[in-house]
Amino acid sequence: MNPYELRKDFPILNDETLCYLDTAASSLKPRQVIERLDEYYEKYGVNVHRGVYNLSYVATEMYEEARRKVSDFIHAKFDEIIFTRGASSALNLVASSYGLNHLTSEDEIIVSELEHHSQVLPWQNVSHITKAKLVYIPLDSEGRITVENVKKVLSNKTKVVAINYISNVMGYITPIKEIISLAHEVGAVVVIDAAQAAPHKTIDVVDLDCDFLAFSGHKMCGPTGIGVLFGKKKLLDNMPPIEFGGDMNDNVNLYDASWKDVPYKFETGTPPISEAIGLGAAIDYLLSIGLDEIGKHEFKLKEYTVKKLKEIEDIIIYNESAETGIISFNIEGVHPHDAVSYFDGDNICMRAGHHCAQLIIKWLNVVATLRVSFYLYNTIEDCDRFIESVRNARDFFKSVGF
Amino acid sequence: MNNLETLYRQVIMDHYKNPRNKGLVTNSLYKTIHIKNPSCGDDITIQTKVENGLIKDIRHDGTGCSICCSSASVMSETLKGKTITDAKKISSTYINMLTNQEYDTSVELEDAIVYQGVSKFPARIKCASIAWKAFEGTLEESE
Repeated sequence: MNPYELRKDFPILNDETLCYLDTAASSLKPRQVIERLDEYYEKYGVNVHRGVYNLSYVATEMYEEARRKVSDFIHAKFDEIIFTRGASSALNLVASSYGLNHLTSEDEIIVSELEHHSQVLPWQNVSHITKAKLVYIPLDSEGRITVENVKKVLSNKTKVVAINYISNVMGYITPIKEIISLAHEVGAVVVIDAAQAAPHKTIDVVDLDCDFLAFSGHKMCGPTGIGVLFGKKKLLDNMPPIEFGGDMNDNVNLYDASWKDVPYKFETGTPPISEAIGLGAAIDYLLSIGLDEIGKHEFKLKEYTVKKLKEIEDIIIYNESAETGIISFNIEGVHPHDAVSYFDGDNICMRAGHHCAQLIIKWLNVVATLRVSFYLYNTIEDCDRFIESVRNARDFFKSVGF
Repeated sequence: MNNLETLYRQVIMDHYKNPRNKGLVTNSLYKTIHIKNPSCGDDITIQTKVENGLIKDIRHDGTGCSICCSSASVMSETLKGKTITDAKKISSTYINMLTNQEYDTSVELEDAIVYQGVSKFPARIKCASIAWKAFEGTLEESE
């Protein structure tokens, strides 16, 4: 893959002074996706599943075609794909539907301090309501989830294991295949937060044998407002809807009603139609480049940048060994929000703060961190600009007395 | 040159490194307001003692970036000893200045004027205003 060519697909990068290093928060969007959104609004921007007229039929076909693209993308079956507002909604759906209806005070839910709030807070809520016990996997010295440490907390009481595929702060890849296999041995289901994985690596839910898996469109070149929940059909069939209204129902009586089949019973109201179609276009775009190529490219940029950062005084890197394109770091003695304004002044976009993952920030025992994350449109020149800015920022803050 | 330089070189670093009026008191004559910005971790508590329409004392404590912490110190120095009416006027003028709105340039902002530079960094306006907002909250409590 050639990032210099790919950059031309992203209208925002027409501004050559922009250095975008915050893909882990949201990726930039290519023309190929934006055009598909325009096409929907300009040519067939009507509702789905309802209209008995040709345009609505076209919109429905395009919306369902996007579902087929998503299912192929992760090797799932068509009716195992539920469209949601984002990865957060998808993870909440599992907790509210599966969690609240299957767990009791006798049960245990395994999570980790490496989770994004959208994976840990829904299960905290389930734990508060059902009195099921929330159990944390002890992280290893680098802050990783290891198979060995999962074994320490897994038991016959475990009913749910809810963990990330790739950490949004540390960029570590969790060995989920082995963990899923161990969890299944004790009869637990496994919920995977793949928001940071789907944009960067091939996912095969059959090979992984995972029970639920969630990701977002906007981190993988797609629009905002669309996410995906994959669930095994037999699990989804036995889960109640959590939102009720139009389109999800079958027969409606005065005092009861029945629901459509999966996935439609979980998709009430007018769905994010253009967003789903845009996600389909994003998947086409990523597949045309090759996910594993993208992952390799990001990792190469990360390795290069880490090596250079280590040559600068007062730089603390928290995840040197990450296998992906994420670097979490700080300038010693400088609050990340002071530092990030310096980078902003150089038109470098990056993240400072808790990254919606306060537990790992507390685990690291810092107030917050700086984070850069690379993607297919980043180049060695971006890395060099960033490294130069870090060097200048460090010198500047030390010179004014930090 | 990076615009930050002027901002930091002036009062900010002095107050960040040597904060005035820092540390909370246990005294029922003080009104206390705690404000937290969960997205970045800025966490500031302000205590104000009002007597006969005068701001007799302001205390602050908390954690955050240099702009957040220094502005709490500068605010306490600027507003201590002022009448409630003047303090409110200075505070609202300061907030208007930060947020690029029209403000009364005849109001004497003293050292707080250096935070004018923050208006060029919209993402940091919250950092520079959190202590002042908390102060305004303590006055509402006093009423």
